[in-house]
Amino acid sequence: MKLQGSIALVTGASRGIGRAIAERLAADGAKVIGTATSPSGAESIDQWLAPLGGAARVLDVCDSAASAALVAEIEKSFGSIGILVNNAGITRDMLAVRMKDEDWDAVIQTNLSAVFKMSKLVMRGMMKARNGRIINIGSVVGSMGNFGQANYAAAKAGLVGMSKSLAAELGARNITVNVVAPGFIETDMTRELSDEVKAKLFERLLIQRLGSGQEVAAAVAFLASPDAAYITGHTLHVNGGMFLS
Amino acid sequence: MSSLEEKVKKIIAEQLSVAEDQITPGASFVEDLGADSLDTVELVMALEEEFEIDIPDEEAEKIVTFQDVLNYIRSHTNQQA
Repeated sequence: MKLQGSIALVTGASRGIGRAIAERLAADGAKVIGTATSPSGAESIDQWLAPLGGAARVLDVCDSAASAALVAEIEKSFGSIGILVNNAGITRDMLAVRMKDEDWDAVIQTNLSAVFKMSKLVMRGMMKARNGRIINIGSVVGSMGNFGQANYAAAKAGLVGMSKSLAAELGARNITVNVVAPGFIETDMTRELSDEVKAKLFERLLIQRLGSGQEVAAAVAFLASPDAAYITGHTLHVNGGMFLS
Repeated sequence: MSSLEEKVKKIIAEQLSVAEDQITPGASFVEDLGADSLDTVELVMALEEEFEIDIPDEEAEKIVTFQDVLNYIRSHTNQQA
């Protein structure tokens, strides 16, 4: 129970990688607050997270006022947030030549700007506590680029530079800021890929299968734990060797 | 010492982790009290919180000693003490 006594906020926790992260941090002893954009998403989080001692909240991470209100409410109800996992993200894939400005902006706002703003909101409490963990969920696409994902790749690459800057500023307060960059993970999104696309993907993998949400969550749990107190500004790739090949 | 001075001294001591008797009116936060840039930002934020004021960045840069804080608070709040 390495995270006993910690309060963890996980954005985008209703399914996929976010859910796996929330479950793992709760299993490790943290009090986890998981967010979803819709009330029905929050309800479904509540069903599995409440028995683990956590709680669900509705949040659109792009709504700065709502984010500030949520952080204030969590700090009042549960205590200072010690672990922030910025997981919420969207895709609006399209070849660049046809990509709409709105789709570029929406992805940058949700996957990059909102992460900065949320981090800023929890920073103050972490600075006072002289301790904290900010873990941003990146993507292999941020390092490699990808067809149809100029917006997503830009946001995920942006997270890396942002995280290193925050790590530099906050290191003196024992706050670590890291990125966990998953490759192809078995989620609703990747389940829909055709066998042909999957076969192509496997050609680039050293480990011949999709990763699981639990395998990403294990990396997050490690970085959130006291064991990782001396690791900051790092990007931990969880991608089956994809980046190498 | 006025209550304002005591209050400010307490905030500085807490934020910079220094003893209150080290905080003389002319003591520089960075040069004499060992503050780094993050300490000075935290100090300004703590002052903003305590006195419910908004200190613009260009003003904050000029606040480098205990006396500077007192002067700023006195001229921007009703605290005349």
